[in-house]
Amino acid sequence: MLEIKEIWKTFNPGTVNEKQALRGVSLTLADGDFVTVIGGNGAGKSTMLNAVAGTWTVDAGTISIGGTDVTRLPEFKRAAFIGRVFQDPMLGTAPSMQIIENLALAARRGQRRGLGWGVTKAEKSGYQEMLRKLDLGLEDRLTSKVGLLSGGQRQALTLLMASLRKPRLLLLDEHTAALDPKTAEKVLELSDRIVEESHLTTMMVTHNMKDAIAHGNRLIMMYDGRIVVDVSGEEKKKLTVPQLLELFGKASGSDEADDKLLLS
Amino acid sequence: MLNFINALPGAVSQGLIWGIMATGVYITYQLLDIADLSVDGSFCTGASVFVVLFTGGANVWLSMLLALLAGMLAGLVTGILHTFCGIPAILSGILTQLGLYSVNLAIMDMKSTAAISITNSETLDQLLVSLRFVQDVAKGERPIFRHPIFVAGLFTAALIAVMYWFFGTELGAALRATGSNPNMARAQGINTDFTKVLGLMLSNGIVALSGALLAQYNSASEINMGRGAIVIGLAAVIIGQVLFGRIFRNFALKLLAVSFGAIIYYIVIQAVLSMGLNPNYLKLLSAAVVAVFLSVPYWKGRYVPGKVRTGGAGHA
Repeated sequence: MLEIKEIWKTFNPGTVNEKQALRGVSLTLADGDFVTVIGGNGAGKSTMLNAVAGTWTVDAGTISIGGTDVTRLPEFKRAAFIGRVFQDPMLGTAPSMQIIENLALAARRGQRRGLGWGVTKAEKSGYQEMLRKLDLGLEDRLTSKVGLLSGGQRQALTLLMASLRKPRLLLLDEHTAALDPKTAEKVLELSDRIVEESHLTTMMVTHNMKDAIAHGNRLIMMYDGRIVVDVSGEEKKKLTVPQLLELFGKASGSDEADDKLLLS
Repeated sequence: MLNFINALPGAVSQGLIWGIMATGVYITYQLLDIADLSVDGSFCTGASVFVVLFTGGANVWLSMLLALLAGMLAGLVTGILHTFCGIPAILSGILTQLGLYSVNLAIMDMKSTAAISITNSETLDQLLVSLRFVQDVAKGERPIFRHPIFVAGLFTAALIAVMYWFFGTELGAALRATGSNPNMARAQGINTDFTKVLGLMLSNGIVALSGALLAQYNSASEINMGRGAIVIGLAAVIIGQVLFGRIFRNFALKLLAVSFGAIIYYIVIQAVLSMGLNPNYLKLLSAAVVAVFLSVPYWKGRYVPGKVRTGGAGHA
């Protein structure tokens, strides 16, 4: 479904702030794979997701989604294949627009937008039903501005929007990091449910080792712009946090306490 | 005082015409979150194109249409400078505005004014609005529906109807999403460069149309007529918001508030002039009014503590 081949990205080349963020990352995801991505700060987790989403183009390497080479496609064109939820709850929704308008925008992802109505009457009941399933009391607030919602409500809504039109690939970029623990858990649960229901190929970046182990069927760990650990199947199911830390120590060739702290 | 009351119909007419311009500014300033300074130039472009074509013998409606298209072209230039060339929006607008000064002079055959001769009553009759009609209607020489308040009011109503429809469409919603959150818009597959250019074109088209109306009202186009148009537009938008923001929630009503804002602005200007202010100070006054109104929300947020909300734990 997703094929990343040898991608490289350097930020601010030739300056004192030069940062080699991705150094030859290759990754292939099968249809329906749910991979969790962990690593310390600056390891390249979010950079890899942004490379796939097309926030900027990579310096070298290719990315293809479902057999289509998207390496040179701009972000808005790749959106036809990709659903995204960002770390910052403010980023995923249009705050000055109504809940129903946000959903309607997402329902037209990847389609030509013409002079038909932005929201049709026929869509309304469907949205109400989807919102009811979120169990956040949003089904009666269809015309409320999204700016009035809490961070958790917004992330749940963004998740719904990302999966409204079944994407080939769902990218979750630390989407619970800005939420309180209780809400984070709720949003994660919801993510699991949506991924399972629609059988979505998913990449989820997280800072939390327990979450990375508990969710998905595959786990990769990044270090210094490379993928250093890749476990899946039974091996992944049996994984524990101490084992993961050990794997990390071996792969990175160091026992950096800093990174371990960041990961736990 | 009598002076002021006599001048009121004229002030309201002018306010309505400038209100149409302000509605164009609303698209960029409120919906796209871009302060587009090209309108200072495109307002005069609309006026000049209209006067040159109309005095050249073209039909009044055709001249209006071409004025609108000329404005859209100006918006296209700003849009391309901003998106394709990566120049910040404010600077793109300034560049277009500056360039348009020469273009506008060229349109008017390198003269700073182009006049419509209204001593010829046949020509005068063809115009949609004119300062003369205000007096004529008052004297009973022309039917009431030829009054500029009526005609400009109709234009405003039609414009609001069209905008209400457009911003409810998929494309219009995409444009609003671009202004609300460009990251989200792109993630939902919206080409934000395209929507920005489209918004700038629509805005400048409407501004040019308003310029064409004002040229008819004043029977002339003048190279400096658009100077400070962006400030008048912002003043109308802000006055409308401050006075009617709490009661006008619907999008069409919000646009109506912009028009009301422009009318109130012109009534206030008329009042100040009747009190004997030298008209040369008007621009300073406009700038000061807009500066104060823009500062108020900032000060409120910064120095006035918000209300403490009690009870009712919110959802997740």
